[in-house]
Amino acid sequence: MVLANILFYFFALLAVGSSALMITRKNIVHAAVFLVTTLLATAGIFLQLEAEFLFVVQILVYAGGIMVLFVFVIMLVNLDIEMRAVRFNGQWKVAGALAFVLAMQVLTALWAGRKTFHLPAPPTALAAKNTEAVADALFSHFMLAFEVASILLLVAMIGAVVMGKRSAE
Amino acid sequence: MNAGQEAAGFGTAHGIDTTVLGENEIILNMGPQHPSTHGVLRIKLRLDGERVVDSECIIGYLHRGVEKIAEHRSYPQFAPYVDRMDYVAAVSNGLGYCEAVEKLLGAEAPPRARVVRTILAELQRIASHLLWLGTHALDIGALTPIFYAMREREEILKIFEKYCGARLTTHAFRIGGLQYETYDTFERDVKRFCEDFAQKIDQYETLLTENRIWIGRTKGVGVLSADDAIALGVTGPVLRASGVEWDVRKALPYAAYDRYQFEVPTRESGDTYDRYLVRIAEMRQARLICLQAVDGIPEGAIMARIGKVLKPPPGEVYHSIEGPKGELGYYIVSDGTIQPYRVRVRPPSFFNLQAFHRMARGAMVADVVAIIGSIDIVLGEVDR
Amino acid sequence: MHAFLQSVSAIAMPVLCAVVIVLVLPLLAGYIVLVERKVMAHMQARLGPMRVGPHGLLQPIADALKLVLKEDVIPMNADRMIFWFAPVISVTVALVAYSALPIGPAFQIADLNVGLLFIVAVSSLGIYGIVLGGWSSNSHYSLLGAMRSAAQLVSYEVAGGLALVSVLLLAGSLSMKEIVQAQLDQGVWFVFYVPFGFFIYLVASIAETNRAPFDLPEADSEIVAGYMTEYSGFRWALYFLAEYANVIIVAGVATTLFFGGWLRPLTRYRDHFPGTSVELLDVVPTLAMIALAVYCFRLAPEQPVRVQKRVMAAAGVKCLLFAAILLASLFGSDAVRQGVHGAFWFLVKVGAYIYCFMWFRFSFPRYRFDQLMRLSWQFLIPLALVNVIGVGVAIVLREKWDWNPFLSLVPTTLATLGFAAWLTAEESDFSDEAEGSAAGDAGEAAVNGGGE
Repeated sequence: MVLANILFYFFALLAVGSSALMITRKNIVHAAVFLVTTLLATAGIFLQLEAEFLFVVQILVYAGGIMVLFVFVIMLVNLDIEMRAVRFNGQWKVAGALAFVLAMQVLTALWAGRKTFHLPAPPTALAAKNTEAVADALFSHFMLAFEVASILLLVAMIGAVVMGKRSAE
Repeated sequence: MNAGQEAAGFGTAHGIDTTVLGENEIILNMGPQHPSTHGVLRIKLRLDGERVVDSECIIGYLHRGVEKIAEHRSYPQFAPYVDRMDYVAAVSNGLGYCEAVEKLLGAEAPPRARVVRTILAELQRIASHLLWLGTHALDIGALTPIFYAMREREEILKIFEKYCGARLTTHAFRIGGLQYETYDTFERDVKRFCEDFAQKIDQYETLLTENRIWIGRTKGVGVLSADDAIALGVTGPVLRASGVEWDVRKALPYAAYDRYQFEVPTRESGDTYDRYLVRIAEMRQARLICLQAVDGIPEGAIMARIGKVLKPPPGEVYHSIEGPKGELGYYIVSDGTIQPYRVRVRPPSFFNLQAFHRMARGAMVADVVAIIGSIDIVLGEVDR
Repeated sequence: MHAFLQSVSAIAMPVLCAVVIVLVLPLLAGYIVLVERKVMAHMQARLGPMRVGPHGLLQPIADALKLVLKEDVIPMNADRMIFWFAPVISVTVALVAYSALPIGPAFQIADLNVGLLFIVAVSSLGIYGIVLGGWSSNSHYSLLGAMRSAAQLVSYEVAGGLALVSVLLLAGSLSMKEIVQAQLDQGVWFVFYVPFGFFIYLVASIAETNRAPFDLPEADSEIVAGYMTEYSGFRWALYFLAEYANVIIVAGVATTLFFGGWLRPLTRYRDHFPGTSVELLDVVPTLAMIALAVYCFRLAPEQPVRVQKRVMAAAGVKCLLFAAILLASLFGSDAVRQGVHGAFWFLVKVGAYIYCFMWFRFSFPRYRFDQLMRLSWQFLIPLALVNVIGVGVAIVLREKWDWNPFLSLVPTTLATLGFAAWLTAEESDFSDEAEGSAAGDAGEAAVNGGGE
């Protein structure tokens, strides 16, 4: 139990710290790397919640796919010119005001729900393992959404193949 | 401006126009130090994305003034310099020079010398093609054929060493014939090499000829049409791969070539794959010539009676031979003294390299290396 | 305190396994490099490293020492943090992937339910090591090389993943242990059920690890230099280590999924030696080790130097020691026997797979980058999709209509074979067209005049 707590605090600190670092970096690539670290830390927390399928999918899809795409784009786009351009800094005040309003809302919500902080113990034995549970849900309750998403992905893949063929001709 | 000059890209402002670049275009510089340019060759490529739009070869990094040196050496003294031009196939260089001076003198080497010259020249052709095969395959990524090719080339170089003492810059022939008599196991060595060699060529072909990746990298790459080849003065395997059946050994026979039966391999498409096939076939034919020649070396003298001091009568001669890389020609002008007035070498690689401009158009950057390899250039010859 | 110790003891064994892997792997990778150099040499009619230790056996140690002692060069204007970080990412990711790999039934750091997917996911993180390494070198060509390499990795990951899905359908679980158990229960290695899945995974794994014939991003005769150019000394050693660790991982995954993992060949053949419980075929590992020891002892007197004679004899003694362990474990408990022999068979299969990698590297020329990408997207991925659909159909045949399992997969294999043949025929038409058009462009340019 103690070890689990230590690990949880490690992942949580890593996630919060990485995200804080990410939004304060000047160098975009550094920020992207910290975003990846944040995602991996979140994956660790998923694993601790016994959602091992989500853990793996988070790494595979989010950190290993989407973020790779981000990093590609960042590296291929020449950002030096952008970064040296004169920036519009007046937005600080508006952003500050909005952040204050949002913070007030969050604090109000937390205060209103302060009685629920004591969380119940998680279910001791899950009926099915995470992968099976996700699969069951996808193929029964969320069947339509699943099919639509797969058709979208298939179209994208076919489109990539066709576009590749055409540009070679 | 004639067709050849136009084909070679003359008329542009000194090579590639680098002042105005299109949207996606960059200028890429290869060399002069580069693992795949086979010597000190510098190539400027104008790329549109991945495709070569234009190219320019900048040579001269290995220029040593050989032709000027010839004006201050006597005819026999100049013979060792000739080996250093195409240093991969020194025996052929020597053959061309000795026969050119013999033509100038009006002398002829005795039959025995001519036959031995033929044998050594054909062995040198095989050795040169083996080196080409190994390095070309290595550039395209096949790591193994070079070691097999070197293994066979080693056997040939051993024969050369036993014959004249040197492996690379052999100075094997003298004006008028040969200096050295063939050593006692010469025929046996040559025969043994030739008998093993057919199987070895089969080994190389097994690795490469039908290999899908090899065909994908070489078929359709670097196409040179027959008309372009003729207009640019290309000779040798490059010309024959483009469909023109021209071999100096058949057209203007020299040494003892008119005595032997052999074919001149020719292909039609003129791409890198065809140049590969032509050179492999040439190795097989060279082996056949050696086998025929070594069986009947005539007895007799090995040196013509031309006197010790060579003073050819004033005049000029152009004599060419079919070297491994193409037509190697010597244009010698004599003014009656012991030193030539002018020696001009027609190096096959120089003229073949002109065709690179044509072949590289539309190719991808990764193909440039394959194309250079398939022309088979030696910078010592290009720059002299 | 007591609770802490209790929770720690639960992970003591996995941590021990992890420590063993982290300690052994660099040495193992070094020796695999030596084996590769020797195999390369023997295929090329030469000898390979012979001087450092008998037959070059100490070469990896010399190389490692040299790399560690080399000057650490960082290019000017390079991003120092990321330059430092990139090889670390590659190595860490490669080592983390070992947590789910079972080397024999007893040696696995964590038997995750989603073990297979975990390995694939963590391997895909290796792309960061390459891309960040290329970018941080502050060199145009390094960046392009890194991008190409990353594009290659991503494309072949899709193909490889789909090939693994076909095995997943047959095994019914993502856990590595359960996949091997499924092969034991069904009595056949999955390579015989889905040979095309194996073939696709073989090609994809060669491309995943950037090995020939897919090593264009790292080739030295190409113009674009590659992401590793600016790295020298120990940093380069880390990239190198990561590459060979990746090779062992993909070999391990292929062995577990297609070749029965730690199962002995012919597991159903259970004849015993009369009177004992030792199975006949279980003596094969011991005999193999004894043969290897005899070979070492035969070579020992032929070594030129006395030190080399002794090292060779020591190698022979080590082989005898392994033979003794293998023999002794036959008489131990079931767990010990399975553990030791399972590890032996697993390592033999992984070794054979890696030998094939080396064989391909020295036999084939290199693919050009566009040909490489075309191979993945227009050949392997469609083939893998057809394969997956075919396996699905086969499972329906097996479960609904009670077909013989082996027979149910024959239509799948035939369909995939037919589709592959059709794709190949179409591709050769297409690539002739493309090459023809390139020649056509050159021809047109010739017609339009030489100067422009």
